[in-house]
Amino acid sequence: MVTYLSLIVLLPLAAIASKAFSDGFGTFWDAVSQPQAVAALKLTVICSLIVVAINAVMGTLIAWVLVRDEFPGKGIVNSVIDLPFALPTIVASLTLLTLYGKDSPFGIDAAYTKAAVVIALLFVTLPFVVRAVQPLLLSLDRDMESAAESLGAGRARIFRQIVFPNLAPGIAAGVALAFARALGEFGALVLISGNVPYKTEVASVFIRGQIESDNIVGAAAVSVVLLAVSMTLLAFVNLIQKWGLRHER
Amino acid sequence: MTDITENLKAVSHGIEVRDVSKNFGDFQALEDVNLIVPDGSMTALLGPSGSGKSTLLRTIAGLETPTTGSVLIGGEDQAKKPVRTRNVGFVFQHYAAFKHMTVFDNIAFGLKVRKWKKDKVRARVNELIELVQLTGLGGRYPSQLSGGQRQRMALARALAVEPSVLLLDEPFGALDAKVRKDLRTWLRRLHDEVHVTTIFVTHDQEEAMDIAEQIVVMNEGKIEQTGSATDLYDEPANEFVMGFVGEVNSLGGKLVRPHDTEILPVETPDSVAVTIDRVVRLGFSGRVEMLTANGGQEVWAQLTRSELETLDLEPGSRAYVRPRPDAVTREDTGALDDAFKEESPAIHRPTPAEPGLPV
Repeated sequence: MVTYLSLIVLLPLAAIASKAFSDGFGTFWDAVSQPQAVAALKLTVICSLIVVAINAVMGTLIAWVLVRDEFPGKGIVNSVIDLPFALPTIVASLTLLTLYGKDSPFGIDAAYTKAAVVIALLFVTLPFVVRAVQPLLLSLDRDMESAAESLGAGRARIFRQIVFPNLAPGIAAGVALAFARALGEFGALVLISGNVPYKTEVASVFIRGQIESDNIVGAAAVSVVLLAVSMTLLAFVNLIQKWGLRHER
Repeated sequence: MTDITENLKAVSHGIEVRDVSKNFGDFQALEDVNLIVPDGSMTALLGPSGSGKSTLLRTIAGLETPTTGSVLIGGEDQAKKPVRTRNVGFVFQHYAAFKHMTVFDNIAFGLKVRKWKKDKVRARVNELIELVQLTGLGGRYPSQLSGGQRQRMALARALAVEPSVLLLDEPFGALDAKVRKDLRTWLRRLHDEVHVTTIFVTHDQEEAMDIAEQIVVMNEGKIEQTGSATDLYDEPANEFVMGFVGEVNSLGGKLVRPHDTEILPVETPDSVAVTIDRVVRLGFSGRVEMLTANGGQEVWAQLTRSELETLDLEPGSRAYVRPRPDAVTREDTGALDDAFKEESPAIHRPTPAEPGLPV
């Protein structure tokens, strides 16, 4: 198992890291601190944070409606949630370009803007929080809510103090996965974002640009930064989950 | 402990249920239910599963809205009151513990909702922890408690807010037999101390007879009879009550209690022929198990030691049984068996147990 994990996960990570620092820390720093790289990283991290914040709220809401409400077509909606997973991301990008590009049927021309980056990321990360929260909501003991109600709690308090703490680990897990996905997303963005340097060029697109112009070390350096951000967030989410599940022993 | 008792005494209220019916789609869960629960009493809702007893309890709490009829607590109509303003303490079969909160926080929940000051909350919760004998466990999470402890915590949580009535839905249903018995004795003693009007749902007649002053026997959404354990046992309103409360034999189209079953060595016009299957002597009394000659139906009789000695029965021998002249009997139309047929396996028809039920 250890060998397998090493081959699949650790080895490539180590290779990237060693490549990034192959010409010494100075080169690494130069590569990641050059203005275009900083702009790309900043855009990626900020957009990803916006996207997961929206996802945390909307994903929980969607999961809630899917579990607690009955409405015609519920089964269809439930399967549509997974569509962003099933659809090749480049197809998603094309779809979004058709919808929100300059020939948009709704008259919304968001192509080549930061808004387009957010929209594309929202699309591909939609299922994470929904699918992480849904099972928790299904197994939530409804009597807990009735008990809180009989003790005088209103709906807002019941959600805040009874329901939410039990969903938090799921929301955290969903957010972590969505964030990791958003940081590295390429396919869904490559068409609709327009890849304008300093404006709509995200880190993954920037990395490809560096590789195309034969700057492997620069590409690896930016990759390492993405990796570090991602791992920091994962560690943070892990802490939240541990705290959220402290009563499960 | 005493001042909790005083507080609860002061706010306790009687409950009245008037003409309540409840439909879930096509299914009628409650049908014209009328019930008066005196202030400070302990009442049991007893019946097989699906008899509507839990629905009735939840309707009183406000967790269900009656289709027609009304619920009064302390003389006040509750129709417009949502659950959270009814001030009822509700205890659920599966505890409904707030699993992400400690025992202390669980019990404190209702007090915090009522915006009590921190030090008052702490004082009150600690009193309650002591009252339900969870001293020292305030910092634990529900998952670190046994079932019995969890249910006592749930009870403390419900009592913390000084409810005007306490409603318990099969409170001991998820516990094993020994804990069940201990906890119900404990609940009875607690009730004697706090005197809050209490209704609990059970399908266990022994549990109901053991601790309730008033027992309400329910079947198919209706109340069959309301009364004390003695009333129900001695004067059952119908064959369902007779069969559900206490032991019963079916003898030639009649239901009769085992202690009202007379064994004769000779045939009489009103007797049924049986074969003696087993004779069990239990100190001063004894039990005779028999099979009817016509159909092999199980029948048993509870006799005194001297009666047993006089009869001198041998397994395999022939005898005749009939209801004693002064026996309580009801026609056996088979309705009782119908009611039991639909039951979940958790509930069993009363079978010959050890003698010693209230007579």
